[in-house]
Amino acid sequence: MSQINDFAFKIATANGTGSASANGLIMQAIFRMGVPVTGKNVFPSNIQGLPTWYEIRVSKDGYTARTPHFDLMAALNPATYATDVAEVRSGGWLLHDSTWPLDETLKRPDVTYLGVPLAEMCNAAFKGVRERILMKNIACAGALAALLGMDTGIIKGLTREKFSKKPALLDSNAKAIALGFDYATAHFDCPLPIRLEPMDETKDSILIDGNTAAGLGAVYAGATVGAWYPITPSTSLMEAFKGFCQKYRRDEATKRNRYAIIQAEDELAAIGMVIGASWAGARAFTPTSGPGISLMNEFIGLAYYAEVPAVLFDVQRAGPSTGMPTRTQQCDLLLCAYASHGDTRHICLYPADPREAFEMAVHAFDLAERFQTPVFVLSDLDIGMNDWMVPKLAWDDGYRPDRGKVLSAAELDQAKRFYRYLDVDGDGIPQRTLPGVHPKGAYFTRGSGHNKYGAYTEDADEYEEVMERLARKIQSAAKAVPAPVVRKAAAPTTLGLITVGGCHAACMEAIDVMAKDGIALDYLRVRGFPFGDEVHEFVRQHDVTFVVEQNRDAQLRSLLMLETGAGVAAFESVRYYAGFPMSAHHVIAGVKAKLERAA
Amino acid sequence: MTYIAKPKVHHPSLQRNAIGLTRRDYEGAITTLCAGCGHDSITAAIIQAFWELSVPPHTVAKLSGIGCSSKTPAYFLREAHGFNAVHGRMPAIATGAGAANAGLMMIGVSGDGDSLSIGLGQLSHAIRRNVDILYLLENNGVYGLTKGQFSASADPGSTSKKGEVNTMEAIDGVLLALTLGATFVARSFSGDKAQLVPLIQAGLAHKGFAFIDIISPCVTFNDHEGSTKSYAYTREHQVEVVQADFIAPREAITSEQDAGTVKSVMLHDGSWVTLHKVADSYDPTDRDRAYAYIRERQKVNEVLTGLLYIASDSKDMAEQHELPDQPLAGLPFEQLCPGSAELEKLQARFR
Repeated sequence: MSQINDFAFKIATANGTGSASANGLIMQAIFRMGVPVTGKNVFPSNIQGLPTWYEIRVSKDGYTARTPHFDLMAALNPATYATDVAEVRSGGWLLHDSTWPLDETLKRPDVTYLGVPLAEMCNAAFKGVRERILMKNIACAGALAALLGMDTGIIKGLTREKFSKKPALLDSNAKAIALGFDYATAHFDCPLPIRLEPMDETKDSILIDGNTAAGLGAVYAGATVGAWYPITPSTSLMEAFKGFCQKYRRDEATKRNRYAIIQAEDELAAIGMVIGASWAGARAFTPTSGPGISLMNEFIGLAYYAEVPAVLFDVQRAGPSTGMPTRTQQCDLLLCAYASHGDTRHICLYPADPREAFEMAVHAFDLAERFQTPVFVLSDLDIGMNDWMVPKLAWDDGYRPDRGKVLSAAELDQAKRFYRYLDVDGDGIPQRTLPGVHPKGAYFTRGSGHNKYGAYTEDADEYEEVMERLARKIQSAAKAVPAPVVRKAAAPTTLGLITVGGCHAACMEAIDVMAKDGIALDYLRVRGFPFGDEVHEFVRQHDVTFVVEQNRDAQLRSLLMLETGAGVAAFESVRYYAGFPMSAHHVIAGVKAKLERAA
Repeated sequence: MTYIAKPKVHHPSLQRNAIGLTRRDYEGAITTLCAGCGHDSITAAIIQAFWELSVPPHTVAKLSGIGCSSKTPAYFLREAHGFNAVHGRMPAIATGAGAANAGLMMIGVSGDGDSLSIGLGQLSHAIRRNVDILYLLENNGVYGLTKGQFSASADPGSTSKKGEVNTMEAIDGVLLALTLGATFVARSFSGDKAQLVPLIQAGLAHKGFAFIDIISPCVTFNDHEGSTKSYAYTREHQVEVVQADFIAPREAITSEQDAGTVKSVMLHDGSWVTLHKVADSYDPTDRDRAYAYIRERQKVNEVLTGLLYIASDSKDMAEQHELPDQPLAGLPFEQLCPGSAELEKLQARFR
């Protein structure tokens, strides 16, 4: 049985051996053949030596969720042979380096072994330890190209583009690819039944990771101040922002930068800098992960209460505590929604893929300034650091930043008096002034009790008046956050499924599969918090709503219960939180188990 | 009630500065600190310093953390934006504000608890970054708002009001700032306005982090015998080692210059600070010797005051980041967003 453009394979290597460039080459080559493809990098919290894997799924139907069923394994790391051999599906293939004999205990009768003497060939062809190690991975890519039927012209084109300025590297790469390709062609029946054929499904798409997309979004939104403390898996967001700023915001003539990136001493300082910069009128942001949000809590409360805009990207990783820094989770949903002591509630945006990370990055700055409050963009390691195939990013040149109710010098000149926290037009959002603009605009920004005039207070009524307005203001943002994505089942159903963020891909695939089994589910993906009317209605309209998420404690379900008032009986929780991206089979198994129990 | 607005009635005979404002125009709300608090004297010196400089109040941003000292920005420059940050974290707010609008004149007021305990890290890193701010550490050796616990600046052997003896070493803000590379380091005394006003003015004119540690006795919890931060102790042990005169850019230097004891340093905005060295061997432009001399004199219980160190040629944070003359916060969107055509072009990289 052949599987054309519908299979998954995995490459097992060690960290620091240059496998990323070989993996990228394979992904891009498949993408350029017009075939939908996604890659998941499973890597350790380590710089060199520990095992790392790269999973590639090819799906003619465009399914992008992780699949744990591998048709082929390129087992290049002897340290993980045993687990890698065990993960190949029955009837699948295992590519290994046949320079050394494979231990008999690793042989499975239901798997076809493809031995390629990668080390032997590379040792003969290349000089120096480093190059020999790096080129082994490239030679393996060459062998895979032959085995899977990749277009060699495309591969050659890619290496030419990549190494156009480094002819020596171009030569070595071309040589290594040929070594692997020629060996596989000569020794195996290429291509295998799992193979690629050109399609035309990727021409309007790009391959991009969410951190790059979000960093680009911050540039397009006009953010000028970024403050951060390096933390996995958010680091590459600021690195992307920096790279784009160097490209677009550097004036070489005057040697001046139209941006400032400050590497703070810790996350407490990073968010403080963002608040200071926003207070002074810049669009400012900080990228971080769960541990950083924990540290930022006190300042987040200040920004909420003193009504200072701030944008926080939380690229979530597995917690609690240090947890698993290089594994993904959706474990900060509750933390971000109500961060800081006292009564607080925050606007949150939940991108499902890199394209939404770009769009929501821009949207977050508008919401932060319009509502004068912190806004969280909750992505995760899977979205942030993996390459996703998404529709091309689009930009409307008519876009102008929504700076909210910031009074200009001219407006202040006309005004009789200015009071910072007065609800002048009844929408719960007061007017704001920037320092240095006008004598009439002065006020005292404070996290201590204040009345609507901005003065310090310990008066019960004055305090409550401001707190009530703040509650109203944040609730009104429910209409301004991105609307949920809703997909109704083909036939009417009493069953609903709600999810968030990157679980989208797995849920869409699972719903398609279950529909074929006669299980019809209406679908809703929340994209913003506070939840809008559509979310409340969706929960009301269904007898049971499955809530699919990646954390142990069903945090999204808790949020839904708290915010919609629906009881625990209205929901069935489906969770997978072991650190890998959610797969369709997790959703299917979870939903079916609950349905069987109910039957 | 801890907020009392001050009536804005001016006596017609009040003296006006170069921009036509009286001293009253540089005041704020009425203080709610204890009568006789050193901090109120510092507030008075701040008001006089700004008035004499004829700074338009609204061009200033005044920042603070939490504590008695941090309340004081409410008591001066009512037409300046104020920011009461969370405890010990004012430097981060100032750093962000300075990045967004390098044109703001920033004054930060903090205390020894705010700066040397909870905020030690932030203070250190703001110094390291050379953020352009005048940072006043109103130092009384005690936690006033929580009623009399020792702070990190309490000297070993000094006693609390209840008679407890402090056994730990003190963190000295001046030595800390010198160690971390601060570009303007001074110490003064809230009871010495004549010394303090020119120091504040020079600190405001200095481009970069200007640090002034000001002994500011707490009359309620740390003004007793056994305290080394009391009025009596400080008056007895204060030794002015460098007397600084501040000369605004437009004024000519008229004072006689004795090569041996007077040194003039030009600040970034063209103003001058003239340093009269009271102690012959002291050199306020030599960091290591300044540090050594202060340490040496501390051993004989002298509290050295004055402009102890200045480096006028350093690069502040905005210069290190190569920021444009126009504040980042004011840049037009067209200069920030690359636009759709560029996005289309860029995405070839992702295929």
